[in-house]
Amino acid sequence: MPAYTATVTVRLKSGVLDPEAETTKQALERLGFELDALRSADRFEIDLDADDAAEAEERAESMAERLLANPTIHDYEVSAAPAAESA
Amino acid sequence: MTVAVVQFGGSNCDRDAVRALEYLDIDAERVWHEDGLPADTTGVVVPGGFSYGDYLRAGAMAARSPIMDEVRDAAADGTPVLGVCNGAQIGCESGLTEGAFTTNESARFQCEHVHLRVERADTPWTENFEEGDVIEIPIAHGEGRFEISDERYDELVDNDRILFRYCDADGNLTDAANPNGSTHNVAGILGERESVAVLMPHPERVTLPDVGGTDGENILTGFRA
Repeated sequence: MPAYTATVTVRLKSGVLDPEAETTKQALERLGFELDALRSADRFEIDLDADDAAEAEERAESMAERLLANPTIHDYEVSAAPAAESA
Repeated sequence: MTVAVVQFGGSNCDRDAVRALEYLDIDAERVWHEDGLPADTTGVVVPGGFSYGDYLRAGAMAARSPIMDEVRDAAADGTPVLGVCNGAQIGCESGLTEGAFTTNESARFQCEHVHLRVERADTPWTENFEEGDVIEIPIAHGEGRFEISDERYDELVDNDRILFRYCDADGNLTDAANPNGSTHNVAGILGERESVAVLMPHPERVTLPDVGGTDGENILTGFRA
């Protein structure tokens, strides 16, 4: 089966306070950068073998639902692409 | 007849919980999570600590370990289950209770004494209190901010699931008395049954008279019921 890399991006739902992002924003401002807002997200890259990209995405989505994201506070996105040669 | 205090890699309040329960003449023992719940389990404490280093999210890993299936089954059968601090995070992550405990508004670890208002006095955990009583209990957490959607929060309120709220010494629910930015000052909630409760503050740390207050005693006596 071909090798794929599925990417799961987990971020806080809009409206959920992100104190770490706020602290990071303040640190950037202290360094003299100008910015309006900053959001952070967790990105998981999962190498797996699958029949096609759709199957790879489906499996990564199950992983997001079971463990990687907490539906109470998170939204997530999944995508999959053929794995890079060196992977 | 024993209360199982479930120990995960990184739990660190398990011994305190056993000592506090034994002081109250409640039989208790530490149970390594891989060993499963003993056959004579009459109650379960999911203790505080930093199970699995808080990797991913506090409580996320422990919540998905096989023993939590047993804990959920026991809870559904009416066995008293109390989750404290990391145990509260695990409780929410495992679906024993609604909502989530996440990063403090301050983005810092906070270790201090707080006041709690008893919101229900008709549960095993609060039957020695009156509704509205103010008790003093310590917190020690970096991820204790109770978070839940507005809709689910309304359901919790409608179903009388809020057990404790952070308050000032007079019982007022102020922002200043809310140590971590929890939604509507929520500090502890009930599961589907009154016999299941989770809270961020540590009752086992204020049970032995030698180490300070004793307001935690009347919570832990819920295991006698």
